[in-house]
Amino acid sequence: MAVLDVHHIEKHFGPTRVLEDISFDLEQGQALAIIGSSGSGKTTLLRCLNFLEKPDKGVISVNGNVIFDAADPATQRESEVRKKRLHFGMVFQSFNLFPQYTALKNVTLAKELLFQERPEFKANKKAILEEIQEEGRELLAKMGLSERANHYPSQLSGGQQQRVAIARALALHPDILCFDEPTSALDPELTGEVLKVIRGLAEQKTTMIIVTHEMAFARDVADDVIFMDEGVIVEKGPAREVIEHPREERTRQFLSRYAES
Amino acid sequence: MMEFFTSSTFQTVLSALNSGFLKTLQLFFITLLGALPLGLIISFGSMSRFPPLRWVTRTFVWIIRGTPLVLQIIALFYIPGTKKWFYWPSGETGRMIAVCVAFIINYACYFSEIYRGGIQGVPKGQQEAGQVLGMTKLQIFRHITLLQMIKRIVPPMSNEVITLVKDTSLARVIALQEVIWMGESFMKGNSGIAGLVWPLFFTAVYYLIFSGVVTVLLGKLEKKMEFFQ
Repeated sequence: MAVLDVHHIEKHFGPTRVLEDISFDLEQGQALAIIGSSGSGKTTLLRCLNFLEKPDKGVISVNGNVIFDAADPATQRESEVRKKRLHFGMVFQSFNLFPQYTALKNVTLAKELLFQERPEFKANKKAILEEIQEEGRELLAKMGLSERANHYPSQLSGGQQQRVAIARALALHPDILCFDEPTSALDPELTGEVLKVIRGLAEQKTTMIIVTHEMAFARDVADDVIFMDEGVIVEKGPAREVIEHPREERTRQFLSRYAES
Repeated sequence: MMEFFTSSTFQTVLSALNSGFLKTLQLFFITLLGALPLGLIISFGSMSRFPPLRWVTRTFVWIIRGTPLVLQIIALFYIPGTKKWFYWPSGETGRMIAVCVAFIINYACYFSEIYRGGIQGVPKGQQEAGQVLGMTKLQIFRHITLLQMIKRIVPPMSNEVITLVKDTSLARVIALQEVIWMGESFMKGNSGIAGLVWPLFFTAVYYLIFSGVVTVLLGKLEKKMEFFQ
């Protein structure tokens, strides 16, 4: 059974149709790369999955349960949306770390708030918070940032900030981790360290969706690739096949523009 | 020289100026106490998603910020009685209340624009980052956006507060006996003293000390928030 099932998603911004009849699924442990030029709807698609945008049509299921159905308002209640979001982790293009918190606190804050709502929190407050802290430190260590746990975002390089953001997204153990152009805001010499971390996650069979402009990276790390253009999926298939031997003319044109630059 | 400071004239003037300055302080703190929360409410109105409320609020802010505070004080103090709508309590109490109301409304409008800038200045990505981590709207406000807002608000707020220190003197226009009024009174005649010019200019010392203290305190607050960007 697929972890994620996306059915006929459609989204308009005013009169502009940004997504049209988007359907795909994702198996446990797979990495899916979404490629395409700017404005093709890749980011909007990720934002729909994370309930940051509301699709006009379509159904999204996780582990076989419908979590969003455009035709069924009962699936869109704000109180439940909050919990449903936790199926997905999101890493933003511009990091969006919380500037007033240290790297560690950025990673642990959401989990602390989530546990505070549980009835058993009051009794074991200290133990629970220590456990969350410990887990946060481990995640930062995995990102190669042990030394930076107590640094504020402004004291970190872009690459380090993005790695903190990845740790922050992992802290809540999402079923599916989404990356929205994770290296686009970085200086070229800093993209490597972030891509390396994502590659490591892929090797550990983390279920991921990566919107990216790094074609070689998509080819080597992703299992499948989706090429989007003007809001539709033009081509999808195994990563190496789509990127090295595209079947569609539009994919070929897009990829050749990358080969030139 | 020493004789001057120990003279009974100086003592009389000083205690009169002190009592006037106490009123200045009263007006200052009451205005802050009222305008800080009221400004937040007005800023919400001016950002409302309900257009009529937004227009009404913004027009109101425009009128208040676009006309002199002196005019607002005079209007608020004299018009209700002249038109027989209602009467302020007589004497100093009535003057103080009227002037406080005028100051609170005026400063709340200025503060509301500062709040608006602070709220809208926090990048949308901050809220979204909180949302995707499953936080509630209240948690996002309390734990993420509030402090970033405050950091943005403090410098422009400091400017307004220091202006307020000096603006309190406008209350003199309806003869509230604040420190300027007191200083001036010794020119015309007060406690058997007349024709003295220095008391009026001596009031500047009060303002300088007070605004100095306010500047230092707000500077400390600003420094406190330098730990993040």
